[in-house]
Amino acid sequence: MATSPVDPLLKQLTGPNTRSLLRVIILLTIAAAAVSSRLFSVIRFESIIHEFDPWFNFRATKYLVQNGFYSFWDWFDDRTWHPLGRVTGGTLYPGLMVTSGIIYHVLRFLTFPVDIRNICVLLAPGFSGLTAFATYLLTNEMVTSPSAGLLAAAFMGITPGYISRSVAGSYDNEAIAIFLLVFTFFLWIKAVKLGSVFWGALTALFYGYMVSAWGGYVFITNLLPLHAFVLICMGRYSPRLYVSYTSWYALGTLASMQIPFVGFLPIRSSEHMSALGVFGLLQIVGFVEFVRNQLPSRQFQTLLRALVLVIFAVSFGGLVLLTVSGVIAPWTGRFYSLWDTGYAKIHIPIIASVSEHQPTAWPAFFFDLSMMIWLFPAGVYMCFRKLTDEQVFIVIYAVLASYFAGVMVRLMLTLTPIVCVASAIAFSQILDTYMSIDSPTPEVQANGTPASASVAAASAMLPDGLRSTRNPIVGIYSYTSKLTVVAASTVYLMLFVMHCTWVTSNAYSSPSVVLASRLPDGSQHIIDDYREAYYWLRQNTPENAKIMSWWDYGYQIGGMADRPTLVDNNTWNNTHIATVGKAMSSREEVSYPIMRQHEVDYVLVVFGGLLGYSGDDINKFLWMVRIAEGIWPDEVKERNFFTARGEYRVDDEATPTMKNSLMYKMSYYNYNALFPAGQAQDRVRNTRLPAEGPQLTTIEEAFTSENWIIRIYKVKDLDNFGRDHGSAVAFDKGNKKKRAHKRKGARTLRVE
Amino acid sequence: MPPKNRHPTSASVQPSAPKSTPSAPTTTSSKPLNANTAQDIVQNVWDKYVQRTPQRVKLLDTFMAFLVAVGALQFVYCVIVGNFPFNAFLSGFSATVGQFVLTASLRIQTNPENKAEFESISNERAFADFIFGSLLLHFFCVNFIN
Repeated sequence: MATSPVDPLLKQLTGPNTRSLLRVIILLTIAAAAVSSRLFSVIRFESIIHEFDPWFNFRATKYLVQNGFYSFWDWFDDRTWHPLGRVTGGTLYPGLMVTSGIIYHVLRFLTFPVDIRNICVLLAPGFSGLTAFATYLLTNEMVTSPSAGLLAAAFMGITPGYISRSVAGSYDNEAIAIFLLVFTFFLWIKAVKLGSVFWGALTALFYGYMVSAWGGYVFITNLLPLHAFVLICMGRYSPRLYVSYTSWYALGTLASMQIPFVGFLPIRSSEHMSALGVFGLLQIVGFVEFVRNQLPSRQFQTLLRALVLVIFAVSFGGLVLLTVSGVIAPWTGRFYSLWDTGYAKIHIPIIASVSEHQPTAWPAFFFDLSMMIWLFPAGVYMCFRKLTDEQVFIVIYAVLASYFAGVMVRLMLTLTPIVCVASAIAFSQILDTYMSIDSPTPEVQANGTPASASVAAASAMLPDGLRSTRNPIVGIYSYTSKLTVVAASTVYLMLFVMHCTWVTSNAYSSPSVVLASRLPDGSQHIIDDYREAYYWLRQNTPENAKIMSWWDYGYQIGGMADRPTLVDNNTWNNTHIATVGKAMSSREEVSYPIMRQHEVDYVLVVFGGLLGYSGDDINKFLWMVRIAEGIWPDEVKERNFFTARGEYRVDDEATPTMKNSLMYKMSYYNYNALFPAGQAQDRVRNTRLPAEGPQLTTIEEAFTSENWIIRIYKVKDLDNFGRDHGSAVAFDKGNKKKRAHKRKGARTLRVE
Repeated sequence: MPPKNRHPTSASVQPSAPKSTPSAPTTTSSKPLNANTAQDIVQNVWDKYVQRTPQRVKLLDTFMAFLVAVGALQFVYCVIVGNFPFNAFLSGFSATVGQFVLTASLRIQTNPENKAEFESISNERAFADFIFGSLLLHFFCVNFIN
């Protein structure tokens, strides 16, 4: 018979072995789907590292693999932040590099010599499979329904909110951090449920791993104490909570302090104080509970409760006092801007200048989470109905993460796991209700013995003649309605898969290193100017030539061109970035001494005017001006770059400050030579440029890529005769005007 | 729960000696507390503790009192002398705190009164967990003290 293999499945007659086999198969399939949906960019383009930050991680990993762990741990990198250097071992989260280094060595041990680049490219897809598995475990802890875990794993495997940060080639900290986040939460829930030191210690271990991997560990550090605190406030203190929380905190704090970048922060900074406070509170509450068990006197209980409140208030006041007096560091700007959303824009332009730090728009939620965004509140609501300790966790996590995701686009990533879990709970509830075929046969058959007494009473009172009152069974038992609902949810699930695939394929799978465009006949045209220019730098400049560019390209220059840079994406020194911003936004006479002082050999700018590539340096120019203005308000003024009517223009009406700035000159140098006279066109700003292009005196053009996206200039040496560059260039051109204006006076006395 | 703030314990630590003398007549818990003075209450608690607590738990309590004393000593030394090798102070201090907490967890888990809370954890399992946690703690502390 054809139906015989399916029949036992439908009737739920399968043994536990069959079910676990099915479960394993489903999980493997989910992992395969998670991995394969992240490979669009590798298949379409090639196996390279995308974006900016991953280039540094890649470079650090290469260093680790080549030089071993110990020299990686105290690696002083003298090829970034040129005059300063960077103590890399103490300023990075080493978890990602160490993980891929271990994988590299394990594979070599197993005689699979894989290139480290391929390991780095494929690390994120590999870990996304593990994330799906961790979500499965976490959801299984939350609800009893066996299907919820599988659904959550499937959601987590393919949801675009997570794929966006973990496609193949995005070798970023988030690649392993989300797995660690979810797995740490799973271990924590397990620890709270069982009250076991073992699980608490495991939580601490994975928390330590998470700390070594991502700066977002602060989220865990605040979420777990909040969970414990809410449980205490709900009167759900139990010895299990004490055991799990204190073992997590004592071990986890020590584990997190082993990372040099974190160091003493868990003691000294405000972000970690909630964990410490709840730790102290739990000691007090535990002690009070102990005494209360000894003494069953109500008077004494109230006394102790008051004692707890007083101690809590006193320690909170002490914390505030310590923070105000400066013993404990206040919130850092990055975290503070999550609360005061206008703070970064006013005080720290470098935080506000990153596009990921903007508030999230509504369409982004639907785009990244599709149907889960409306199943998510339903799932949270269902957690409220049967509130156990671990479901409190879901509720808190959901509320907090929703807020943070609303404030900052980037934090959508931490929202995604809980959305998957909550919506899987809601969805599996629907499926569990409507997919059970068993109709209430005992109640229908046994008219005389209904299930409950109230139903019996109700049916006794009502007349038997009416059809609707004959079987007063509450619930939905007709096959039609069940089939409709099940079919509708199946359609939704399929639509979800299609949406996810579409979004991944179209929005999140494009490497930013190569730009893909379509020719009129539909064939693909690859614009590869970045690598063209970087390889030019790599092959045609001396080994130690210093490159000055805006900080966005620092990591890529270090990774691909292998040349020292002045600033890079690790924006730890704002003044240094402002120096580069000042050099870019000042006149040549001002910026040339700056470049000489910093031993700059080449200057690199990105210019998209020919191609219509909008992410170029002219569009980022105002941020350079703002960051420089923050340090030198007298010398660089943002107002001067706008026309009298407040417009930011690059054409004939551009302000003199704009036209004389180094950035403008470098971007548009010789640009009008491409066009017929007077018709130079900027395709990004959509304006016609002035007929006469800018003149450069202190630097000279060294390289311009094929589509003019990257332009590299060489900083001239000092003039042999000691003249300034302006007059030297004027002399070389045979400029007579200069001589006509020459006057005798205003010479000063020679000192020497 | 751990008798964290029990100073009398650390002062007169002889848990086994008074056990044999069931002296306190006022220990019956059913009796409502009519002696309202603080001293009576403390005395009451103490008597009951001495009478009821098993030997092994008292041993744990002694160890915890010892840890509190060591931690307090370290803290006082740090306050007096200053915290120059801060990581050394931190690792020493947090070793005592962590060990205290782990011991308290062991005490809670092996307490017969908490049987309902910890159904899945036998006493041996609790002890093995304690060993595991302590080993981790000491590894981290030794690593951190440099």
